[in-house]
Amino acid sequence: MTAPNLKVEDLHVSIEEKEILKGFGIEVNGGEIHAIMGPNGTGKSTLASALMGHPKYEVTSGKATFNGEDLLDMEVDERARAGLFLAMQYPSEISGVTNADFIRSAINAKREEGDEISLMKFIRKMDDKMNTLDMDQAFQHRYLNEGFSGGEKKRNEILQLLMLEPKIAILDEIDSGLDIDALKVVAEGINDMRSDDFGCLIITHYQRLLNYIKPDKVHVMMQGRIVKSGGPELAERLEAEGYDWIKEELGIEDETVGE
Amino acid sequence: MSVDTKLPFDQEYVTNFSKDRQEPEWLTNLRVSSLERAEAIDLPKPDKTNITKWNFSSFDHEKATSSDTTYDALSEKVRELVGKEENANTILVQENGATVFARTEEDLQNQGVIFTDIHTAVQEHSDLVEKYFMSEAVTADENRLTALHAALLNGGTFIYVPKNVEVKVPLQAIYVQKGAAGLFNHVLIVAEANSSVTYIENYASENASETVANIVAEVYAADGATVNFGAVDNFSEEVTTYVNRRAQVMGRDAKVYWSLGQMNDGNTVSDNTTYLVGEGSYADTKTVSIGRGKQTQNFTTLIKHYGKNSDGQILKHGVMKDSATAIFNGISKIEHGATKSNGEQTERVLMLSEKARGDANPILLIDEDDVTAGHAASVGKIDPLQMFYLMSRGISRKEAERLIIHGFLGPVVNEIPIESVKEQLIEVIERKVY
Ligand SMILES: Nc1ncnc2c1ncn2[C@@H]1O[C@H](COP(=O)(O)OP(=O)(O)OP(=O)(O)O)[C@@H](O)[C@H]1O
Ligand SMILES: [Mg+2]
Repeated sequence: MTAPNLKVEDLHVSIEEKEILKGFGIEVNGGEIHAIMGPNGTGKSTLASALMGHPKYEVTSGKATFNGEDLLDMEVDERARAGLFLAMQYPSEISGVTNADFIRSAINAKREEGDEISLMKFIRKMDDKMNTLDMDQAFQHRYLNEGFSGGEKKRNEILQLLMLEPKIAILDEIDSGLDIDALKVVAEGINDMRSDDFGCLIITHYQRLLNYIKPDKVHVMMQGRIVKSGGPELAERLEAEGYDWIKEELGIEDETVGE
Repeated sequence: MSVDTKLPFDQEYVTNFSKDRQEPEWLTNLRVSSLERAEAIDLPKPDKTNITKWNFSSFDHEKATSSDTTYDALSEKVRELVGKEENANTILVQENGATVFARTEEDLQNQGVIFTDIHTAVQEHSDLVEKYFMSEAVTADENRLTALHAALLNGGTFIYVPKNVEVKVPLQAIYVQKGAAGLFNHVLIVAEANSSVTYIENYASENASETVANIVAEVYAADGATVNFGAVDNFSEEVTTYVNRRAQVMGRDAKVYWSLGQMNDGNTVSDNTTYLVGEGSYADTKTVSIGRGKQTQNFTTLIKHYGKNSDGQILKHGVMKDSATAIFNGISKIEHGATKSNGEQTERVLMLSEKARGDANPILLIDEDDVTAGHAASVGKIDPLQMFYLMSRGISRKEAERLIIHGFLGPVVNEIPIESVKEQLIEVIERKVY
């Protein structure tokens, strides 16, 4: 099996006629962890949504491939079945559908008909992963994200990550709203996934998460594209000094996507 | 009157029909007077749905003869509804109004429970049937369709539960409509003081052509009686349905539970009314509906409180697909003097396509100060963000819709107190939605 690869080139994305991503590029391989940082409103979530195929985001030009195949040509569910995963900044709530039923449907969606995961195996795996994440078993039978606290939703996103075992995961602010213990637990879960068969793109505002999950590369996003890349030390400097020095260095006045 | 409503039935026809069935005089007279009246009175007027152009006059009305057949002689579809033969001990199956299969337990008969087809009931228990039949809950002179119902009655069931008798096994009835036969089915349930009974009915079509189903169910519950009424309606699109299910809850602390799966494929107007007359009486109505194709439906649920401390609960969920249209009216009416009563209702409609139409109208009509009441309603489309979320986990569009629909109907389906109705509903939902 070849290592997973996500390649994005010169991506332009608009929402309601307004261009938000303006020439974004990145390449993530199996075994690599990339962090994307950047001020509010610079297009980080837009990137994540567009790559997953959110219906509101229109890709106007550029390329994205997943293991060499045209990602942008695939339906949302096809992207997921190919091995892409997005932990969302604001996960939806779905009433009447239990967490367990949902996750089992998702696992079975990737498997052939007749080769569905056995209930025993599913339960064992779910118990195991919930233990890792220090989640109460009651969350299996609650309706999907309904009434979950902010931190519980984030944990539930990571539970899905661990259950579905994607090849490339994009984690959008998975650390926001988590208390310090939860942050450690979630980081541990993600570190468990680390292997040559798994690549990860972590969108975060805080260096703290990166203390637990050491990134290979750190990128800074402004105005809808990457304006600076470096190693873990870049995240440390951002934490200490903020973004002004980058803006100065690059002569950027307004870092948001603007008009 | 906007369409030709002339029926090919006259007084002589109705009289002969009644005579052939060896009916008591009171019924023959009711048939004749009702037929006469039908010409003069109007169709029912369900709020927000115009039914004046619907087919209520084109149908066959022949005498089907009863013959007790074997389980194996039933069609596969019917056998599926009946379930396993060894479990089918309290069941009545009718085709076009004629009984084709009937089983009841000796035990019940010994306790004085009557569970028989309406045809036999009017012969063997004439006085008892006459006392209740279209007496209060539904009357023949209410509108043209109830009048026609009385005039052309050709099938149904009578259930009588004596005082203090608790019927533990559910009594089941399956009514199959075939070809162009019009069904004028009447279900009459009388539950005496402190008795209890569960009744489950299925309506289905086989090879239907254009026709009419005109269904009336009356429930009478005395002091402390409990009636559990479950139904799964599943007529095909050629059948225009008028279904009027009502309960007269006269008794103190009497309870009536309705679990209605309204799954017809043809135009349907449904009236489900409960009169809470007894002090401390209780009504609980749960309905699940799915509309598809081009059908138009109107579902009106009314709970009318007269008794003090009466409690009425309405929960209706509907899913509309294709270019189906449905109106969901929920009415809680609390009369003056019904102090300390409580009326609550929720109507929710989920639309799956651009052309589907749904309308939810919760109405509280309250003529008494000392009461509590509440309502909630929503009409909406599937949330594209929810779809995106589910699909982003690899779940196909179809399966994602399925999950959302089950999630939407689940709160009603899961609360249905009769297990077999719940299971049947889940099956019909699967069939209708996908
Ligand atoms: N649905 C939308 N409609 C209108 N504007 C939108 C929509 N989604 C995003 N935008 C705009 O696009 C820009 C980028 O938003 P995005 O959510 O990608 O930022 P972000 O970098 O993730 O910010 P944050 O750090 O606050 O999460 C913002 O100006 C935002 O208002
Ligand atoms: Mg964001």
